[in-house]
Amino acid sequence: MILNMGPQHPSTHGVLRLLLEIDGETVVKCIPDIGYLHTGIEKTCEAKFYQQVVPLTDRIDYLCPMTNNLTYCLAVEKLLQLEIPPRAQFLRVMLNELTRINSHLVWLGTHALDIGAMTVFLYCFREREELLRIFENVSGQRMMTSYFRIGGVSMDPPIDFWSKAKTFIDKFSERVDEYEGLLTSNPIWIERTRNVAHLTADDCNSLGVTGPTARASGIDWDLRRDMPYSSYEKFDFKVPVTNTGDVYGRYLLRVQELRESNSIARQAMEGMPEGPYKAEAGKIVLPDREKMKTQMEALIYHFKIVTEGFTVPAGEVYQGVESPRGEMGYYVRSDGTAKPYRVHMRSACLANLTALEKLCVGRLLADVVAAIGSIDIVLGEIDR
Amino acid sequence: MPVQPAITDIDHLKGRPAVSALQSASLLESAKFDRNELTIYVNRADIKQACELLRNSPETKFNFLADLTCADVFPSEPRFEMIYNLLSHSRKERVRLIARVPGGDASIESIMGLWPAADFFEREIFDLFGVRFVGHPNMRRIMMPEDWEGHPLRKDYPVEGYR
Repeated sequence: MILNMGPQHPSTHGVLRLLLEIDGETVVKCIPDIGYLHTGIEKTCEAKFYQQVVPLTDRIDYLCPMTNNLTYCLAVEKLLQLEIPPRAQFLRVMLNELTRINSHLVWLGTHALDIGAMTVFLYCFREREELLRIFENVSGQRMMTSYFRIGGVSMDPPIDFWSKAKTFIDKFSERVDEYEGLLTSNPIWIERTRNVAHLTADDCNSLGVTGPTARASGIDWDLRRDMPYSSYEKFDFKVPVTNTGDVYGRYLLRVQELRESNSIARQAMEGMPEGPYKAEAGKIVLPDREKMKTQMEALIYHFKIVTEGFTVPAGEVYQGVESPRGEMGYYVRSDGTAKPYRVHMRSACLANLTALEKLCVGRLLADVVAAIGSIDIVLGEIDR
Repeated sequence: MPVQPAITDIDHLKGRPAVSALQSASLLESAKFDRNELTIYVNRADIKQACELLRNSPETKFNFLADLTCADVFPSEPRFEMIYNLLSHSRKERVRLIARVPGGDASIESIMGLWPAADFFEREIFDLFGVRFVGHPNMRRIMMPEDWEGHPLRKDYPVEGYR
């Protein structure tokens, strides 16, 4: 029998449609059908100035906008060979790790809700609300932050940001204990997740699976540690790896990542260097308001950047970043004008979705929900 | 920091295992090292062989297909550039392979046999650029509706679409 699941289904995390061929309750074939959220972002990017692309990158993955901002900015900065001041790099790291926590919280809440543990959802969204307030405080927006700019960040964080962030980071470790108390040794949770939707390390490599899903299958690879960017090499953190390769393993691994991210965010906050939050590059980075009112040159640059953008030397780069879901990569090609010739996003979710058939075939229909949840997909990023 | 000019002289790049491996198998067309990234151009007919060599050779060990995409350089010919982004976990290195595909015969061999990960990437390129992958078992549109006309990411397709 062919069963249609989605696109409007609460546990497909967006608008994923699955065509499931089932024999009794066993899944024989699973064909994902995507594209319901395709908005042509890659095409739109080609019609915008470089700095105008930043808000578009937020909308690719609405659970980790800062990671996408960062990847794009790093790619363009690599094209420009622009040095970023240490304070901006640390701010980026700190906010990226808070974004990772935010994304993992939504994942944990909805994944548990899919499987039937409702309380966890409420707990996770309690902390997520605090995080969104922090993001609003620093960028003015709760979700579509657009806080990172080419050459740094858009402004220095307000004074009360630091106390708010500290309160959150200090409390968060206990909060993770609360989630673990609800799930880690819960017999129903273990029954639903252990030895379900198994994936081996070889499958991960051949199917292009990255991120926590791959690390739960024993692949010791994390771009933050192995190909550091934005001064991640200055931080001390562990990369959790397990060999179980099942839904339960992925759950345990992401919970450990929550703790590690919290620790990185704390290190970034405590070691935050003083200094400028954006690069000294008059023709690329918007000048301070004060300079615009006092210096003719700054006013001219401001006018030029806003009205005609800035040119980027011709060339092509690929920048990969460890997003909460895996390797998020931006391929940016410039032809020497003020608009990117081509922007391509390597979506971690699209590659991870390739593995879904492997996860589901031969398993019970009820496990499909657990499998989808465990690879943590965001359809906005898949369809773009 | 001013942008350094790209190194395109193959003799200068011979020290890189990917360049020397492809050159000794005479699969290399040209190469460039720009902004700390290595790009190797290969012939369209050789792409699968080149990928296989880079994956299996003990000097290169590019075991992971990170990304596969396309760029349209319309109106010049050959029009499409297929961009393969390979990653080596053990050597912590990336390489970019580019194969040029003419607009008149927009097709290239599929590498799904090497990396099943290429499945959705190749379908996406077929959908948005109209380049056909020979040997792909399910060459259908993936993002756009089945009955859509045209390939939106081509440069001669208007940004606002046809109205």
